[in-house]
Amino acid sequence: MVDIAAPVAAKTVSRFRFIMDRREVLGSVLVSPAVLYVLLLVGLPFLLAVYYSVSAYSIYNPSWRFVGLANFAQIVRNPEFLHTLGNTFLFTFGSQALGLVLGKFGAFLLLRPFPGRRIVRALIILPWAVPIALSTVAWQWMFDSLYSVINWSMIALGIITREDAPNWLGTPHLAMLCIIVVNAWRFFPFAIVIFLAGITSVPQDVIDAATVDGAGFWRRNYQIIMPMILPIVAIGLIFGIVFTFTDLSIVLLLTNGGPVGTTSVLGFEGYQVGIISGDVSHGAAISLFMLPVLFIVVVGMLRFIRRREI
Amino acid sequence: MKALSKAASEVGFFGTVAFFVVMTTFPFYWMLITSLKSNSDLYNVTNIPFWFNEAPTLEHFKYLFEQTLFTRWLWNSLVVGLCVVAITLVTAVPAGYSLARMTGRTAESLGIGIFLTYLVPPTLLFLPLSRIIAELGLQNSMWSLVVVYPTFTIPFCTWLLMGFFKAIPAEIEEAAIVDGCSLFGAFIKMVIPLSVPAILTVVIFTFTLTLQEFVYALTFVSAADQKPITLGVTTDLVRGDVFFWGEIMAGALIASIPVAIAYNLFLDRFISGITGGAVK
Repeated sequence: MVDIAAPVAAKTVSRFRFIMDRREVLGSVLVSPAVLYVLLLVGLPFLLAVYYSVSAYSIYNPSWRFVGLANFAQIVRNPEFLHTLGNTFLFTFGSQALGLVLGKFGAFLLLRPFPGRRIVRALIILPWAVPIALSTVAWQWMFDSLYSVINWSMIALGIITREDAPNWLGTPHLAMLCIIVVNAWRFFPFAIVIFLAGITSVPQDVIDAATVDGAGFWRRNYQIIMPMILPIVAIGLIFGIVFTFTDLSIVLLLTNGGPVGTTSVLGFEGYQVGIISGDVSHGAAISLFMLPVLFIVVVGMLRFIRRREI
Repeated sequence: MKALSKAASEVGFFGTVAFFVVMTTFPFYWMLITSLKSNSDLYNVTNIPFWFNEAPTLEHFKYLFEQTLFTRWLWNSLVVGLCVVAITLVTAVPAGYSLARMTGRTAESLGIGIFLTYLVPPTLLFLPLSRIIAELGLQNSMWSLVVVYPTFTIPFCTWLLMGFFKAIPAEIEEAAIVDGCSLFGAFIKMVIPLSVPAILTVVIFTFTLTLQEFVYALTFVSAADQKPITLGVTTDLVRGDVFFWGEIMAGALIASIPVAIAYNLFLDRFISGITGGAVK
């Protein structure tokens, strides 16, 4: 009998290579550096933050003494903190609502093909692409108490006089409005791209079928397209909420929490107390107040991801 | 009559488009014009602010490059960005591949878990991280940022790459393995060359994420010569109460341009990445 193929001489294969050829082993080896990095520099600090919040740690007195929930109790009793908490919600949901409305509107504009649409899209993306700290200083300059271009225009148009020109960042309610507007300005291009990605993913035949069945513009919008793009819009919104709720840079650069603490938000307060004042334990406790909101948002996200995969 | 109303709706449409464009670009126009105006033009409330009342000048750019640490900040950002890109690639590429090919609930949970760490905010972690940075002896140094920035670039890029690797058919590796390649060899020799566009996307986004970061830089770095560009421009061009607006706007403009271009070129990949393929 003739061999169709001569038997291959058994190569001495190292035991190591044999192990590495098992899918689950190689998979674990490849994923482990990333997992380790994240565990060491996100997981560990997170636990440390939780421990700080129940200790008496400060940079002047680094004691690990356990004080239970005393830090939280002190913080909640402070009326200014409740104000900060309220500001954070107002800042987050105000700017997200404004951003969503502008985003939906902008997406409808960009759906229609017209000459120069690509350039228009590129320009509209700018607020979201450019580092927020840099565009915030441009806004700070535009809101300047003396040289504000906004005030100059309103004076030139005869809406106000120079005497009663508003001091945007120096008046409590106006300052709050400013940080909300700047954040909405920063996020609405993101909302536009999210809406666009969603709407263009709806199959045309579904829309055609609805049209044939007599659905008008609004009905197609709110009973066909909106429900279909809801998961992707939810993911976008979750990003927006998480990054706004925990934001520090806009408030720090634009108003520095002022005037007299009226625009302070959780991230800013945690920074002021924990880093600037060095009261690490109270700072950590303040930051941890973000967790319930993050938790709700994360659970929402998981549900949408799961639903998508079914 | 019908033509008239069509013309009116066209005007309305392009008017609204123009309004949106003005709204998004005006602050950048403002950076540009401020950076090119002389100080006497800038600080005169009777001048029309939208255009030059005196001859434009490059004095702010000159001052920025010659009298401030601006070039040093550019360099710092470049070094930090490249180091973070290297760390991210070495960890996220294998992890993304592994999560794309591994099946079962563990892999799925691991993938979601890594992505969720991207949502853990800097304002929650900066206090304990500054302690860890101090233990490592990196306080007040830009190298602290090289250590910390991968905490958000790795999760984000692993997630992006996972989606890209899933799109590469597993048959390609199987063919290589039949031809005598090891499993790891198939990944290196077959999958990586096919993923160059995806890897390029990850490089660009990692770099722009490091440029956009502000909170960690603000917390860990206070020495002027160690600051990355975003932090330097926004915090170091203020002397006491005096803002050097011309210089600040010039610096902000220079730092904005590369990020804006990168985003526009890679926008579609970015969107398909963060929505995790929710859009088919």
